[in-house]
Amino acid sequence: MALTREQLAQRVAQEFKDGYYVNLGIGIPTLAANYIPDDMQVMLQSENGLLGMGAFPLDEEVDADLINAGKQTVTMVPGASIFSSAESFAMIRGGHVDLTVLGAFEVDCQGNIASYMIPGKLIKGMGGAMDLVAGADNIIVTMTHASKSGASKLLAECTLPLTGKGCIKRVLTDLALMDIADGKFILRERAPGVTVEEIAKLTGGELVIPDNVPEMTF
Amino acid sequence: MSGFDKVVTSYEEALEGLEDNMTIIAGGFGLCGIPENLIKEIKRRGTKGLTIASNNAGVDGKGLGILLEDQQIKKMIASYVGENALFEAQMMSGELEVELTPQGTLAEKMRAGGAGIPAFFTATGYGTPVGEGKEVREFDGRNYILEEALYGDFSIAKAWKADRYGNLMFRKTARNFNPMAITAGKISVVEVEEIVEVGQLDPDEIHLPGIYVNRLIQGTFEKTIEQRTVRSA
Repeated sequence: MALTREQLAQRVAQEFKDGYYVNLGIGIPTLAANYIPDDMQVMLQSENGLLGMGAFPLDEEVDADLINAGKQTVTMVPGASIFSSAESFAMIRGGHVDLTVLGAFEVDCQGNIASYMIPGKLIKGMGGAMDLVAGADNIIVTMTHASKSGASKLLAECTLPLTGKGCIKRVLTDLALMDIADGKFILRERAPGVTVEEIAKLTGGELVIPDNVPEMTF
Repeated sequence: MSGFDKVVTSYEEALEGLEDNMTIIAGGFGLCGIPENLIKEIKRRGTKGLTIASNNAGVDGKGLGILLEDQQIKKMIASYVGENALFEAQMMSGELEVELTPQGTLAEKMRAGGAGIPAFFTATGYGTPVGEGKEVREFDGRNYILEEALYGDFSIAKAWKADRYGNLMFRKTARNFNPMAITAGKISVVEVEEIVEVGQLDPDEIHLPGIYVNRLIQGTFEKTIEQRTVRSA
């Protein structure tokens, strides 16, 4: 079975380590914050200028001056700090954020990512995604493995305009966890009940299948 | 205004000298920390042909979105322009030119503009449409593109608290692009919620020194929330 949104978020959270500063993109990456283990400290960076983002506020706590990068009202955890957008991207560009998680339309086996623009459709802009993929060393892309019609999104070469070139090393899809190295996808884990053959069939780029590909555990 | 006192008493005076076809650098992220009354004054003045650099372009009927209603914006430099139907319509028809700029690059372009740095190299955008036509240089085995600084004829911004000399404090994530936007304008205009007498702000607590501020005005703010998200107790 393909992973649910919640399972994707849970698997992302398994990549967290105690003491990590993490930037989570909009959508599934943000959900991963719900699965930070109780015995672990992770501080969430929001690129509009907040380190130490907390939960959504109670109704009476809502503050128009305190939002996340998705423009949602949020709170701050004890130990949080506030800074300008330039400072925020200095810490991203300077490689100080330990882990970045974001979504994509396509990823290819050269580590290229396309996530912000579908030509001919509405163009909304890249926001902070180009800075995040260029600045972070440790990035996980979360996405569906294939489109609803079965077209692979893990390609030999991205077809859409790129968000970043050669910067992605790890992709988590609803079917598999894969690393990218030397121009190949390397299958690391399978979603429970999904076969290696099914994954291979829906992967456009070259796929290396190790002898042992364990099922993900939650 | 005299000496270091930056306070002006009307929005009309705050934007005196703003003319058609000028470039404005604006602070704010979404509708958070936007100079909403200064934007309304630009609408009232009917200034046209503007180039505006701002992370976002407001939403329909709010923020910079209101300047689209009378086609006052010629070109928008922004990182994200969703959630705005009028913007989309004017962009698609070609009335409005849009230069999409990565968020961190935009912040740094403003910072560079205010800091006397004409251009800088960044890895952001290399190998993407953003990097097309820009100089590429390799440093330590990695490719970077040359991005130029942004300068405004005016900058408009919002802070929380100021003293009469224009020393500024921001509040929470309403800080965002405001400090850099202020530094990058030839005439920088800042509206705040409260102006206090000189000496009442602790120098260690000032986020942006008054040297960057030309005109200061106290206003009242709607502070529209774009996405009100709450948890239950």
